[in-house]
Amino acid sequence: MGKYIAKRLLLIVPILLGVTIIVFTIINAIPGDPGRRLLGPAATQEQVDALNESLNYDKPFLERLGKYLSDIAHLDFGESYQDGEPVFRKIVLNFPYTLRLAILQTVCYSILGITLGVFSAVKQYSLADNVIRVISIALAAFPGFWVYMVALLVFSLYLGWVPSSGADSWLCYILPVGCAAVLSASSLQRLTRTTMLEAIRQDYVRTAKAKGCAAGTVIWKHAFLNAMLPILNQVGINFGYLLGGTVIAESVFGMPGLGTVIITAINAKDVPMVMACTIFLAAIFCVLVVALDVISALVDPRIKAKLVKR
Amino acid sequence: MSEQNNKKNAVEVENLYVEYHSGGQVVKAVNGISFTLEKGHTLGLVGETGAGKTSTALALMRLLPDRVSHMRCGVIRLKGDNIMELPESHMNLMRGSIISMIFQDPMTALNPIMTVGDQILEALKIHNAEGLSKEQLNRKVDEALELVGIPASRKNDYPLQFSGGMKQRVVIAIALACSPDILIADEPTTALDVTIQAQVLALIDVLKQRLGMSMIMISHDLGVVVKTCDDVGIMYAGELVEYGSVEQIYGDGPHHPYTQGLFGAIPNIRSKSRRLTSIEGLMPDPTDLPKGCKFSPRCAKCMEICRVTAPGEWEQDGHRIKCHLYGGYTE
Repeated sequence: MGKYIAKRLLLIVPILLGVTIIVFTIINAIPGDPGRRLLGPAATQEQVDALNESLNYDKPFLERLGKYLSDIAHLDFGESYQDGEPVFRKIVLNFPYTLRLAILQTVCYSILGITLGVFSAVKQYSLADNVIRVISIALAAFPGFWVYMVALLVFSLYLGWVPSSGADSWLCYILPVGCAAVLSASSLQRLTRTTMLEAIRQDYVRTAKAKGCAAGTVIWKHAFLNAMLPILNQVGINFGYLLGGTVIAESVFGMPGLGTVIITAINAKDVPMVMACTIFLAAIFCVLVVALDVISALVDPRIKAKLVKR
Repeated sequence: MSEQNNKKNAVEVENLYVEYHSGGQVVKAVNGISFTLEKGHTLGLVGETGAGKTSTALALMRLLPDRVSHMRCGVIRLKGDNIMELPESHMNLMRGSIISMIFQDPMTALNPIMTVGDQILEALKIHNAEGLSKEQLNRKVDEALELVGIPASRKNDYPLQFSGGMKQRVVIAIALACSPDILIADEPTTALDVTIQAQVLALIDVLKQRLGMSMIMISHDLGVVVKTCDDVGIMYAGELVEYGSVEQIYGDGPHHPYTQGLFGAIPNIRSKSRRLTSIEGLMPDPTDLPKGCKFSPRCAKCMEICRVTAPGEWEQDGHRIKCHLYGGYTE
């Protein structure tokens, strides 16, 4: 198992290299240059050219790519074109908000979605199941930004229970976490219901009942643990996406976060900033995927047998 | 009188009906069967697929899927307790310790993500009335595995590391871990290949003797039944069409035409005929059972009355046949 994990972690290096080259190429293919973006239309061409030259943007593309690759090989990710600060300063400043939000959202919607999904499956076709399913489908049909804005109107503007923007107190997290919990829980509820329905019809669940297991043990220990892997993988991958920041939630709720940083950087054609964010998130995502595979293998010996070949 | 019966009989089933409701249709799986199983005896339930054998077994365990199925009328007594009236929590305690079941397909009957040792241990923990310590329970797991011929060192292996025959041994070990009084074996060898079948049957027989269990053996293999059973019930379309001791069923006396058909379908090495006789037609649709005798559409000896009136039961020395041929009307 240790050897397998080491192999998977080593594989992340070529993946990151690929991501770096592709994203660097794409952002350079976007028309316009950072000099003009930063100085605006009023600046003269001489000023723009001078800025581009000082940013080394006047060199041919391949030369810049080669220099960038050799720089990051020495762990030098450069300075932001926008303010000249080292790029990781901004990431370190903003990432904790994103991370906190992602963790809170994931915990809340997982608990909500899984509980309701298991309940729906156990009480299949009951009134409660039907009500949950209808609400869940309706929620899935609402666009996220609309729900955010309605929640903001109701709870912040009319009721005044929570602040409308910022991230200074825990009150600020209630709306973004609550909205995301309700929205994401609906799809997780449906996934949980489907996998649980399959699991509770399995023969080993009947074996467990025949041993004399109580209903709760049968459902959680035997059925749910077997149904858990697809759920775990969806939650895990979704957590990875959330770490990239949610631009819509950040802008509606006026919160700091990585999403806004990335969008601003792209608009300014701030190559070092975009690259640093991309590599950072790609690395986290790769580690997350390896972690999910390892957890899956620890839960299910059949997966372990497939992964760890003798 | 009933007091005496309780001691003598492990299982008493009176007038049991099982129905499945699905999509507005009512599937009549078991239609009023009655039988008793004496302590220490083995009863064989024989019949085609869909005859209601497994539904009967699941009813005895009270493991029928609750939402779609329905037990009607009737009494099921396990060691004297009418389980139709027991609360679920009490029934949980009976499952595994009083009555246990070996399932048909060992490939799917074991939880793939638990070690076999843990699966046996779980049963022992639930029925740990004596309050045994962890070490004592673990020793009992080892014993249970060794009882079915698996070295105790393999208790930390997962089901995927076992072959089909070995998995069925594990299933048996789980079923027998708490020394149940009654064991239901639901076609325990159907999913196994022939050489393993013999081993598993011999194992079940030895364990039954050793633990002094009463057993219900569900099978469609008449050869298996004659070797292992004391009493035999022939099931057709949810009814016990013939019931009696092995001697009565396998002997030359009167038989239900369906029983004769079943025996006619067994290859006989001494007979000169080249073809096996089969029973014409198919089992009736359980959502739309024929009026009168349910076997009448396929019966070679079908009479006028068979299509109209359901036959009563003919009985002699405990040998019961539900057929108009024997003129019983003792409903």
